[in-house]
Amino acid sequence: MRGSQVIGEAAVRAGCRFYAGYPITPQNELTEYMAAAMAKTPDGTFIQAESEIAAINMVLGASMAGTRAMTSSSSPGVSLKQEGISFLAGSELPAVIVNTMRGGPGLGNIAPTQGDYFQATRGGGHGDYRSIVLAPASGQEEADLTRKAFEYADRYRTPVVILIDGMMGQMMEPVVLPDPIDPRKLPEKSWVLDGAKGRPSRIIKSLILNTSTMEEHNWKLYRKYETISKEITAAECHLTQDARLIVIAYGTAARIAKGAIKRVREMGLKVGLLRPITLWPFPKNKLVEKSRVVRNFLVFEMNTGQMVEDVKLSLEGRANVHFYGRPGGIISTPDEISKVISSLYYRQHLEEE
Amino acid sequence: MEQIVFQRPRYLKKAVFHYCPGCGHSLIHRLVAEIIDELGIGDRVIGVPPAGCAVLAYDYFDIDMGEAPHGRGAALATGIKRTLPDRIVFSYQGDGDIAAIGTAETIHAANRGENITIIFVNNSCYGMTGGQMAPTTLLGQNSTTTPGGRDQLRDGGPVDLSEMLAIARGSVYIERTAVNSPKNIRRTKQALTKAFKIQMAGRGFALVEILSPCPTNWKLSPVDSLKYIDDTVTKTYPLKVIKDTVGDLE
Repeated sequence: MRGSQVIGEAAVRAGCRFYAGYPITPQNELTEYMAAAMAKTPDGTFIQAESEIAAINMVLGASMAGTRAMTSSSSPGVSLKQEGISFLAGSELPAVIVNTMRGGPGLGNIAPTQGDYFQATRGGGHGDYRSIVLAPASGQEEADLTRKAFEYADRYRTPVVILIDGMMGQMMEPVVLPDPIDPRKLPEKSWVLDGAKGRPSRIIKSLILNTSTMEEHNWKLYRKYETISKEITAAECHLTQDARLIVIAYGTAARIAKGAIKRVREMGLKVGLLRPITLWPFPKNKLVEKSRVVRNFLVFEMNTGQMVEDVKLSLEGRANVHFYGRPGGIISTPDEISKVISSLYYRQHLEEE
Repeated sequence: MEQIVFQRPRYLKKAVFHYCPGCGHSLIHRLVAEIIDELGIGDRVIGVPPAGCAVLAYDYFDIDMGEAPHGRGAALATGIKRTLPDRIVFSYQGDGDIAAIGTAETIHAANRGENITIIFVNNSCYGMTGGQMAPTTLLGQNSTTTPGGRDQLRDGGPVDLSEMLAIARGSVYIERTAVNSPKNIRRTKQALTKAFKIQMAGRGFALVEILSPCPTNWKLSPVDSLKYIDDTVTKTYPLKVIKDTVGDLE
């Protein structure tokens, strides 16, 4: 299956019963998959919305009404959704948003890049909030992380972003899909708007006019984000045990880096890969742990340098942080990256250590 | 024996409205609360308040309510209604909300024939933000951003949203009423009741536009504001049934 379709099927199997979206390349396969899948699901709803803004607000409504809801888009469309994502965060509502990144800023192009890292991990919309950001690097992980995205969204009542690019969306790989769950058997949500039958009426809102209540709300969100950081941060370590240089990359870039590392390992260079699976919360502790023995990190991104800031913030000067990136939809080859790695390796005299 | 002739509706909370003296929202809130009671839908109705003056409607209605971003009421109501088709879902929106930033959401919800009810309160200005020009501001009408009056060439003309919605294929009932006299208030209640009954019967998209006074921003007394609706506002926005493909529901 294509990556986009894997996410669609995994969403349905995770109990997603509401999808609203608006076509944009390169993620249309997901919208189309959901149209067909929801038509086959008796209690499923698919709406082709009139805009990305409408789509995310339909998701906001569906989420208030208690269903597992998802929307998807690509970079310019996700910019439009940011208003709704901010409202989801402020109203403490669960939802899953898939961003199949494309080149930018502006209309850019449809080639795979990682230019939306800042937008995804900094909240993206207005206000003092974060979204959980998951970055799969294989078809299997697209399936597994989609399931987790819905679980995290419900558990923490917060929007969860699945961040991929056109490569991850289009790539076909065999996957083992998780077993379907029955959404009616999910734990009851104590806050849902479904008419106040047999209970006091409820309000879901993000407007808080009283300044001290607003501050209290933001501290509450902050504490929630602290809990999320402790509980779900994830990263993959590949050949880092004896490494003298660790490459840090996520998603498509991590796959390319893996290929490059295989090559330089064959040349005898001790290089490993640290792949963040959660981009927010960022696997800071894992980096700090590695920095106790490794002095050099190379951040490889398909942009001009965004995640590298989180790496530097995590390490706080404990190690040298180098960067290599290419924006605009140019996909580096493993050969290119292995040259970057070996050049850095020898420049830093890591072979002599 | 003691006979109760007037009391707070069941579905209004015991709260003091924040609305300005002479504002129409208070009247319209009461009408909606009475209708929810009369139709017996209090335990299965979900309201969507707007951004703007009526944003605090959830502090007044004793029903489930979920707040929408500015203009997105129709999209939000769509999400709720499609998820829970047997509930009664309404959005409550002002003219700036529904006829400017939310035009697309509203027209497309109407076009899809979403089985929701929209209460569109038209006071021909942005009330909450201090009386700027709204899409519905009349030609010649003063606002803080049209000093000297709205000018067709500079500012464009008043937007006839209800008429635009009547063209949409999925809308079934659109009526424009007012709350500036006992007669018009009764008419408004009838129209709102019909709009809710249409939804209960699963017949499609219904909207009631209500001309409502804004004495604060019109810089008129409450009484003069009521007259202004009759003498001036209804010349641009005549009170009438704009579309009705449902007929009598009884």
